Amino acid sequence: MQNILTYMTFIPLAGAAVILALPNNAKLVRWFSAIVTVPPLLMAIWLFINFDRTTAKFQFVEDYHWISAYNISYTMGVDGLSISMVLLTALLSFICIFASFGIEKAVKGYFALFLMLDAGMMGVFCALDFFLFYVFWEVMLLPMYFLIGIWGGPRREYAAIKFFLYTLFGSVLMLLAILALYFTVEPHTFDMRILMAQASNYSTAVLPLWPFNLWGWGFQHVIWMALFIGFAIKIPAFPFHTWLPDAHVEAPTAISVILAGVLLKMGTYGILRVNFPMMPVATADLAYWFLGALGAWNIIYGALCAMAQKDLKKLVAYSSVSHMGYVMLGMASMTTQGLNGAVLQMFNHGTITGMLFLLVGVVYDRAHHREIEGFGGLAAIMPVYTGATALAFFASMGLPGLSGFISEILVLLGTWQKYPVLTILGASGVILTAGYLLWTIQRVYLGPPNEKYLNMAEINGREIFTLVPLGAIVIVVGVYPGVVLDMLRTTLDSINAIVIPHLHG
Amino acid sequence: MDLKNVASLTFFCPEIILSATILLLIVLDLIASSRRWPAALALIGCVCSLIVSFDLYSAEPGMLFHRMIVLDNFSIFFKVFSLAATILCILMSIGSNEIERVHEAEYYALLLTCALGMFFMASSSNLLMAYLSLEMVSLGSYVLTGFLPHSRRSSEAALKYLIYGGVASGTMIYGMSWIFGMTGSLDYSAIQLALSQEGINKATVFIAFVFILAGFGYKIVFFPFHMWSPDVYQGAPTPFTAFLSVASNAAGLAIMIRFFFPGMSKVMASGDWAFTPGVEWPQVLLALSMLTMTVGNLCALNQRNVKRMLAYSGIAHAGYMMMGLAILNNEGLAAILFYTVVYLIMNVGAFLVVGMISNVTGDEDIADYRGLAWRGATVPAVCLTIFLFSLTGLPPFAGFMGKFFLFSAVIRQGGAFAVLAVVAALNSVISLYYYAKLVKTMFLDSPTAEDKQITLAANNYTLLLPLTFLTVLFGVYFGPLVQYTHQSLRFFVK
Repeated sequence: MQNILTYMTFIPLAGAAVILALPNNAKLVRWFSAIVTVPPLLMAIWLFINFDRTTAKFQFVEDYHWISAYNISYTMGVDGLSISMVLLTALLSFICIFASFGIEKAVKGYFALFLMLDAGMMGVFCALDFFLFYVFWEVMLLPMYFLIGIWGGPRREYAAIKFFLYTLFGSVLMLLAILALYFTVEPHTFDMRILMAQASNYSTAVLPLWPFNLWGWGFQHVIWMALFIGFAIKIPAFPFHTWLPDAHVEAPTAISVILAGVLLKMGTYGILRVNFPMMPVATADLAYWFLGALGAWNIIYGALCAMAQKDLKKLVAYSSVSHMGYVMLGMASMTTQGLNGAVLQMFNHGTITGMLFLLVGVVYDRAHHREIEGFGGLAAIMPVYTGATALAFFASMGLPGLSGFISEILVLLGTWQKYPVLTILGASGVILTAGYLLWTIQRVYLGPPNEKYLNMAEINGREIFTLVPLGAIVIVVGVYPGVVLDMLRTTLDSINAIVIPHLHG
Repeated sequence: MDLKNVASLTFFCPEIILSATILLLIVLDLIASSRRWPAALALIGCVCSLIVSFDLYSAEPGMLFHRMIVLDNFSIFFKVFSLAATILCILMSIGSNEIERVHEAEYYALLLTCALGMFFMASSSNLLMAYLSLEMVSLGSYVLTGFLPHSRRSSEAALKYLIYGGVASGTMIYGMSWIFGMTGSLDYSAIQLALSQEGINKATVFIAFVFILAGFGYKIVFFPFHMWSPDVYQGAPTPFTAFLSVASNAAGLAIMIRFFFPGMSKVMASGDWAFTPGVEWPQVLLALSMLTMTVGNLCALNQRNVKRMLAYSGIAHAGYMMMGLAILNNEGLAAILFYTVVYLIMNVGAFLVVGMISNVTGDEDIADYRGLAWRGATVPAVCLTIFLFSLTGLPPFAGFMGKFFLFSAVIRQGGAFAVLAVVAALNSVISLYYYAKLVKTMFLDSPTAEDKQITLAANNYTLLLPLTFLTVLFGVYFGPLVQYTHQSLRFFVK
């Protein structure tokens, strides 16, 4: 299977082009889009089976010249870090097509944009050329803007432009940082593998400029920060998180799933892919405050905000902020458990939050509102639905036996060895999480049934179909986390080995 | 190669063809009365001139007409550029309702006169020639701006343009007189030689150059000489606005590059330019560039008229392009040339859609674009979206590559220029807001009952789709264009 990554990326794009040419028949367009996402999913499974788990090297590499004059090439490849994200992207894209079957407005446009988004996401995780990475990173923004802006809720215009402006702000800083790196290596190149290999070339000598001389920052630190801001906006780390609740609340269900499941991961993926191996000294210097402390703060802040929400979707959105905090905290620890836990948490958060948003979508489609206080006693009306929700909630809460538990415990174990205080803060987030989730279950699902919704239809076959794969993964990974961890370990150890020598003390 | 008058004529064919076409347009207008021929004739003249211009690439570079005009790759690049812009403008004018109401032969004759003036702007190597060519373009532009009969806005714009232009060129020729007084020569290389002698007062030179910059600045539209542009853009016929926004800006850059770089500086082997008199020139350009892009973008945020918005966006883009001047090296100049080409495609594309819509609605208010995509104009709306996002500088569109090369040239220079790069990058974020606002109006807003369906004839797409295609193409495959711009950076000095 040569060029498998290219196929995975460009089949959806080709599908998008075909959709524009299809007749204006909603049913045809829906099913065609569903079929288009099948080959990438099958290829992802093939990748999962054939992936060599013993090496940290990039696999399935494709390397073609693109613009020779500037040494820009089309380079794709996956390692243990990206393959988990590629699997997640392929799976969620497939599922979300089905979750989008309810879309009635401008169906062709919706599915064409969705497939473009799919291509962009896949490309980000596969690209090994920094220029290519940036192009995919930006290409994703356009469909996302329209998907939120045209098919979203009442305040969709505000949410869409806010998302767009925040992300562009981050990416222009990233572009400058990429260029600065490009001109530092000899010969100039955007090839990430070479940029990583030449990490020692990025000067750490303190810049004679205020305020950098005050903080002891060198060129490497400044570049680290520019890239970090770009990625932190995507994560979203406090204080750049405010676009997320707006975008989530206004976006249609499937787009929320993609947003939480894949887009947020790009932030942490970028930090691990770029900041860690390329700027190890700056990572060692800045990780405590900007990853660890910020991560712990994200956990608590996100959980407290979630607790105060009245809108079910906003609650899930803030729980994402909280859960992504674990990823940052785990990364900051620079221990095997911490890093593995962080990446596993990325994967698990993708599946669990995906389920949560799908479940919120189910009830929103029926009741046309998401007020937590507006329901009550749904367990008696929709028992199957409530069961599925309970599974997702408990997984999100970190109940042993479900996937969320494994990653959170790994993160906390890893962090404890380095930062006990942050670990205690992070662990207290688990209690807060349990608090808001159980309270929500109580208010929405338990108690006497709400008279208004006595006739609410039980979850239907299509909706169950979208939830089953995610639920199965949640349970399997919870029982046997090795399925995912085996892929990650070697790569993460090699990334960690680059940074560890630069740690202080 | 340093040629006398008659020998120069061989290398002067593009200009001769254009002049002949202009004369033919005027003379035939007295005889023929059919409606379509002026556009066709102008088009044929431009295409012939374009072919002959390309042919000159193989000619030996040199000075023509007793060192008045330079023939080198750089001047040919801008000749080709002006002709491309003129051809696009003619094609736009054919489909425009505004132009149907005016006296067409005169319109095209004046348009070609502007193009001819731009030829000289790019190739003059003598202060007098530079001044005359600038005035030639300006005079044609004043008339064309006020060309719409019975339109008060058009007349007002022309008058404003005239006054600003008059002041700017007056200031410029005053600066030139200082230079002449100090050096006793009008020839660029003679001036450069004289200024590099000992005993020249640096402050005087600096002030003279600032005066001259006023003239260039008003053509390129940079701060603080930008005030005329929104009114003129709004008042002028849309096809001519498109022409003005790209060609006039590019010609201004050409004359400025010609004057400051091969004229007043010396190139070193590294591709860096050393400015002769030791005046701290980059700082002035750096500050002007930052101010220009910031002022342009901030003013564009709250515009209600699309043409005015694009005028301010044009100011911002002039600011981006000046980044390439401030760093004083060939990498920056090549990035500018690349940007002008990309800007030509995307900005003319944007004006093309604006023109198409105003043909139907009769106005250019942003409010008229409400729900455009759902009112039967989906294709133009999508194309305009691509042009606008390309102007923002998002990949995979050509505008991104333009900005990419500018940024990379600036970042490579490092040092204080990193600040310039950051300011420019933040400016792109600001610009996204107003470009996306128009996109929002077209796609996210639903049309109300009073918004009419828009039906466009198929011939509207003949120019639109190729421009859209090029905008995307140069975003993903730009190698040949990069090579072309680098080749165009060969100056002939002495």
